[in-house]
Amino acid sequence: MTTMAERTHTTSGAPDPASGTTTLSLSKAVNEGLRAAMRRDDKVMLMGEDIGPLGGVFRVTDGLQAEFGEQRVVDTPLAESGIVGTAIGLAMRGYRPVCEIQFDGFVFPAFNQITTQLAKIHNRTRGAVSMPVVIRIPYGGGIGAVEHHSESPEALFAHTAGLRVVSPSNPQDAYTMIQEAIASPDPVLFFEPKGRYWAKGAVDLGTPVASATLNAAKVVRTGTDVTLVAYGPSVETALKTADALAAEGRSAEVLDLRAISPIDTAAVVASVRKTGRCVVIHEAPVFFGAGAEIAARVTEECFYALEAPVLRVGGFHTPYPVAKHEHEYLPSVDRVLDAVDRAFAH
Amino acid sequence: MTTTNGSNEAIPTLQLLDPLGNRVTTRGTKGYRDRAAALTAEDLRGMYRDMVLTRRFDEEATSLQRQGELALYAPARGQEAAQVGSAYALRPQDFVFPSYREHGVLQVRGVDPVDRLRFFRGSDHGGWDPNEHNANVYTVVIGAHTLHAAGYAMGVQRDGTPHDKHDGTAVITYFGDGATSQGDVNESMVFAAVNDAPVVFFLQNNQWAISEPTAKQSKTPLYQRGAAFGMPSLRVDGNDVLAVYAATQEALERARMGEGPSFIEAFTYRMGAHTTTDDPTRYRTTEQDEEWRRRDPIDRLAALLRAEGELDEDFEAQVKEAEAELGAHLRSGVRALDGGVPVSTFDDVYATPHGVVAAERAWYEAYEAGDPPTPQYAIADTAQGGAR
Repeated sequence: MTTMAERTHTTSGAPDPASGTTTLSLSKAVNEGLRAAMRRDDKVMLMGEDIGPLGGVFRVTDGLQAEFGEQRVVDTPLAESGIVGTAIGLAMRGYRPVCEIQFDGFVFPAFNQITTQLAKIHNRTRGAVSMPVVIRIPYGGGIGAVEHHSESPEALFAHTAGLRVVSPSNPQDAYTMIQEAIASPDPVLFFEPKGRYWAKGAVDLGTPVASATLNAAKVVRTGTDVTLVAYGPSVETALKTADALAAEGRSAEVLDLRAISPIDTAAVVASVRKTGRCVVIHEAPVFFGAGAEIAARVTEECFYALEAPVLRVGGFHTPYPVAKHEHEYLPSVDRVLDAVDRAFAH
Repeated sequence: MTTTNGSNEAIPTLQLLDPLGNRVTTRGTKGYRDRAAALTAEDLRGMYRDMVLTRRFDEEATSLQRQGELALYAPARGQEAAQVGSAYALRPQDFVFPSYREHGVLQVRGVDPVDRLRFFRGSDHGGWDPNEHNANVYTVVIGAHTLHAAGYAMGVQRDGTPHDKHDGTAVITYFGDGATSQGDVNESMVFAAVNDAPVVFFLQNNQWAISEPTAKQSKTPLYQRGAAFGMPSLRVDGNDVLAVYAATQEALERARMGEGPSFIEAFTYRMGAHTTTDDPTRYRTTEQDEEWRRRDPIDRLAALLRAEGELDEDFEAQVKEAEAELGAHLRSGVRALDGGVPVSTFDDVYATPHGVVAAERAWYEAYEAGDPPTPQYAIADTAQGGAR
């Protein structure tokens, strides 16, 4: 049971002088990560709609134009293909553009530039040109929004070779991973769980930037009976499910994938060989989703360790529903518990 | 300064050399005439040579395709003046974003003719290092590269390159009449215009987007598009190498001096097929082909050179020899392309190791060696990217 004192520690907002950590919301953690990357490398620049004086519709770029100027924080015309297409040209000239797509559902005008150009130029030029472009996309639902503002299109990009597709689940990872994404010579689709933007957590602003976090899944809760695999907004759902399972005497391990391209198969396999059961959770539709790929890999590699088929909990093969019905669509703790029960019933 | 567009609608068009090869001295064109007049006899002979070599390249590539040595080829026949004339106005520091038909531009840019056919042979998706020639590889998705040009030009602005008509840096992008209907081309002009980016939009209106005439793309003359976005816009006779050169030089200098983008419509004609798989007899008349054959850009420059005493037997022999060398180089070079360093499907997908690709490469290599591990996606894709 969480005590009041522990809660205070994670929501105080004051830097902890001993550890060098501070408490930040996920959106502010991305903001600080962008700031750190821009201070480190003057080729890093931001492009997007309303990211200047407004600071972005989610305020993720708040204060950055004031610090770095209009040449490095660019309020672009309202044209997503144009944002990504010009970012490609800027990358060819030696810049490291970070594009903001305002909402998940607005990435599609840029889909052609991302999949036919950004993803392929390194290969097309036999490695002569690299594409250090980051595309930040607030994604996912649960915020009561109108059409096109709650979707999870990550699988469409994971299906395209040449792109890296990642999603942080917490402020510390958001701070670290955005810097790693910017440092990557490969294009990175950076999916930010907008439903978790306001969730606060401890962030060590001194965390070194490597590439480990970007590609490596992390066991965020150890357990022995079932592996819950999740990323982005669904990690919180998995953790809550694990709490509920613990109350029932079942021990769940929770794995935060962090990336779906590449998928850290080794980490998933190691966990499932231990637990014998696997449930994958994501907000994106289950049909042809990341869970299908994970299920196939786990089945191939852990067949004799499995006590039950790999099960998936996620969105339906419907358009993202109206806000009044989104609770039916999103993977809830209840639906994950139901899947775990089915896994144990085998 | 006026010719017709084939539909008898008079559209202002810059012309400095008429179809018979006579220099034209229309009122209001003195600035352009001065630019053309600054070309030396040696310059004009160089342009002629590169135009002839571009056509020879077309003929050789088409033959190689017919012999099964190329998967496909997209000829530039008829567009030699538009391509060579504009490329002659470039300086080394300028950067070119071509579509996939700019063989004449790349000829002037010094890209090896064999490298230009790697793509069409199916041995490469590109063929050369863009930074080696300041010329990007071909882009096949229509109009997508015009945005890359606008972005590259925005980068030039941020580099703080000098604003100077010789030492500044300009970007030029080539696209066709069909591409003007693409959203990306329009978006690229928005981005370039509002940023005053140093880029020249060079439209080759060859009147045919595969089988669709320009009337299927636009109700208005295409050169007006540039003006609508707020940039200087000019229509030139695309088969007149002098007009193309002068107009492009002016636009490039404007860009290098930091005065923003320009739009040029070079009105020309695709004398050949769209590609080697196309059959133009299904959609256009031989009369139209014949009319444009009389306006052949190479014949026109040859007539000028002849009239000015610059096309002597010695020079013609030199050009013939260069053509023969090009043909021999292509025929042997293209066939030898497959004998180079073996490259793998799995190379250069990512710049840093990616677990999925690494695992699939390892599996495939074992499979080829007759020792496939199971399962197929053995867990080489470990946390740090899966290099093993």
